[in-house]
Amino acid sequence: MATGVTTLITQELRDLEGVWGEPRRSPPVAASDIRKWAIATYWPNTPPPIHWDEAYAAGTRWGGIVAPADFNPFAWPIRRTPLAPLPTPKGLTLTSLNGGQVETYGAPQRPGDIIVDRMRVASFRERHGRFGLMLHVEVENEWTNQDGAFVRRRLSTFIRY
Amino acid sequence: MTARLYFEDVKAGDLLPAWSRTTDLMNWNRFAAVNDEFMPFHMDDADGRRAGNPGGAFGMGNLRFAYILNALQDWIGDEAEVREIGCQYRKMNQKGDTLTVSGRVLAAELVGDEGRVRLAVDVVDQDGAATCPGHAVVILPRRK
Repeated sequence: MATGVTTLITQELRDLEGVWGEPRRSPPVAASDIRKWAIATYWPNTPPPIHWDEAYAAGTRWGGIVAPADFNPFAWPIRRTPLAPLPTPKGLTLTSLNGGQVETYGAPQRPGDIIVDRMRVASFRERHGRFGLMLHVEVENEWTNQDGAFVRRRLSTFIRY
Repeated sequence: MTARLYFEDVKAGDLLPAWSRTTDLMNWNRFAAVNDEFMPFHMDDADGRRAGNPGGAFGMGNLRFAYILNALQDWIGDEAEVREIGCQYRKMNQKGDTLTVSGRVLAAELVGDEGRVRLAVDVVDQDGAATCPGHAVVILPRRK
């Protein structure tokens, strides 16, 4: 809990606001990964054939298998790079909660796609709550595919206190 | 392919068909496996309690998010698309919870050529508690 401070949004944090990090590329999306994702998220029911039946999917407006919109192609990297820690004002140890997210979707993910992700802190806000002064960190991830088409934007809110 | 749902068939106040799952480690472990989300507090009761949940291990917010998406997709069918979902995580998903995705159409409007439908959504537990209230936007095909 932050005590004895009047603001959590230091200049150091303000300097990070809006600055995009280095992009990362996913391995090619695999049809089998799409199938398994759909099985897991529809469990114990059978997932829709648009995610696993090529003959069915070919007859839809998509013309082939597409992934569920929330599919994560960045799972299971060969080299694990530690996630960058959420920005924290110097000298404070803060608890972090996942407050929620907003996802906006564009082009669907298909087998063979390579997705590029870039990330930034979109905003810092602070407010007084039941744990005292609380920092709301909004992290933005933007995904595009190998053709440069917009795939997904995710705004995640982390609440720190 | 014939659409399951057309823009002209939807109006404000319509309800999303109920979509439910009773969740425990069978659901969570499968999701952990595909999303590479092996956080100890989602797997182990002692870790769940250490993380502040007296009930032990608890479910992933991302899985409830997937339930909202899947409920919407089942409702609109493959010729339509989910454009946006947002939610706030207000309550943990406990082992054995029966979670039901609920949704109510707030507005259906034409934006250019798009049939855009905005909904209030939530995932409600067996006690009627809202676990992740939010919103969604879906794009529906129009009748020719």
